Amino acid sequence: MTSPLPPTPSQTVGPFFAHGLPYEQDWELVPEGHPGAITLSGRVLDGAGEPVPDALLELWLGRDGDRGALRRGEGGVSGFGRCATAPDGSYRFRTARPDGPYLSLQVFARGLLRSVLTRVYLKDVPDPLLDGLGPGRRSTLIATELAGGYTFDVRLQGTGETVFLDF
Amino acid sequence: MTHPPYLSPGYRSTVLRAPSQPPVPFTFDPDAIELTSPVFGHHEVGPLDADLTRQHEAEPIGERIIVTGRVLDSGGRPVRGTLVELWQANAAGRYAHQGDQHPAPLDPNFTGAGRCLTDDEGRYRFVTIKPGAYPWRNHPNAWRPAHLHFSVFGTAFTQRLVTQMYFPGDPLMPFDPILRSIPDDAGRQRLVSSFDLDLTEPEWALGYSFDIVLGRTPMETP
Repeated sequence: MTSPLPPTPSQTVGPFFAHGLPYEQDWELVPEGHPGAITLSGRVLDGAGEPVPDALLELWLGRDGDRGALRRGEGGVSGFGRCATAPDGSYRFRTARPDGPYLSLQVFARGLLRSVLTRVYLKDVPDPLLDGLGPGRRSTLIATELAGGYTFDVRLQGTGETVFLDF
Repeated sequence: MTHPPYLSPGYRSTVLRAPSQPPVPFTFDPDAIELTSPVFGHHEVGPLDADLTRQHEAEPIGERIIVTGRVLDSGGRPVRGTLVELWQANAAGRYAHQGDQHPAPLDPNFTGAGRCLTDDEGRYRFVTIKPGAYPWRNHPNAWRPAHLHFSVFGTAFTQRLVTQMYFPGDPLMPFDPILRSIPDDAGRQRLVSSFDLDLTEPEWALGYSFDIVLGRTPMETP
C-alpha cells in the first residue's frame, strides 16, 4: 500500500471572484412559485460584528435534482446554489426543504484561507452533531423561522461564533 | 499540516475573519449529506468555456498558455467528471471586476473566467493567457505573484477546494503572505505549476502542468 498523496493546500477565494463563480439564477435552487419553496437568508459577519460584503456562500441539499446545478431549467429542483453577499453582508437562497433536518452551507471569503463548512438546521432536533455541543454553541446552527422562510447568520469569529465543521 | 491556519496575521484580512474556535469533528454518520457532492452535467458546461482566449470578438493581449493537470483523490485515483472553475486577472494584472481599482488597463477581449469537467482520467485543460502580478494594500509595496484561482468540487462536499496556482520562478512568491500562510515549503511547492515543454504547442502556446489532490472524506479510514 502506498502512502496517501498529500492534499493540495487551500488558498483564499480573494475579493475578485464575481466574474468567475456566480452564475445566472445561482441562488434559486427552485423557481419562483415552486410548491413548498422556502427562502433562507441572513448575513455574514466578521469578528467586529461588521458585515462581510465579499463572501460567497454555497448551499447543498444533499441530493441532485432535475433543474440543473449551473444552467437552471425552467422548473424542478436543484440541490446546489451559490450566492455572493451584498454590500450589507446579506445573502439569500430560494430552495426546497432538505430530506433531513439540515442543509449544508460552505462559506468562502477574502481573509478566509480555507472555506468554512457549517450546517443550517431548520429546527432544533435530537442529532449526533447538535447533541455534542453546549447550548450556546448549539443555537448557532439553528435557523430562525419567519414568514415564508428562515434566517441564519454566519458569524465568522467572536461572540456567537458559528460552529464550523472539521473537514 | 496541509492547509494554512485560518489566522495568519501577515495576511491582514484574516485577523477579523478567522474563526477563533477549533472546528468540530464530524461525528460518525454515514448519512451526513456532506459526504455527497453536486454532480454537474456535460450540457451545463460548453466546449468553449475552457478557452479563455475565445470568449470575445478578438484575442486577448498576453502570453498564451495551456494549463492542464489531473484532479486526484488521496489514493491517486482520478476524480472523473468533476467541475473545475478558473478565474484570473488579465495580462496587465487587472481583474474584470468593478472593485479592482489597480490603474492597469482592462482588456475588452478578456473576462478571465472558465469552466470544464474532468475527463475519465481526471484531467482538465484550459487555454488562457498568463496573468500579470498586481499590487494590493496588505502592507507597503505589497504585490501578488501571478496566479490563477481554481475551484474544484470532488465527490463529497467536504472535498470542496478553492486554491491558487502559481508560476515557477516567480520572484514575488517569497514575499506573498497568502502563499506563505501555508506553513511548510513542501505544501507551498504543491501550488507551483511546472513548466512542461511537452504540453507546449509549437508556434502557439506555452504549457504548464498543475495536478490537484483532494483531501480524504471524514468517513474514510486513514
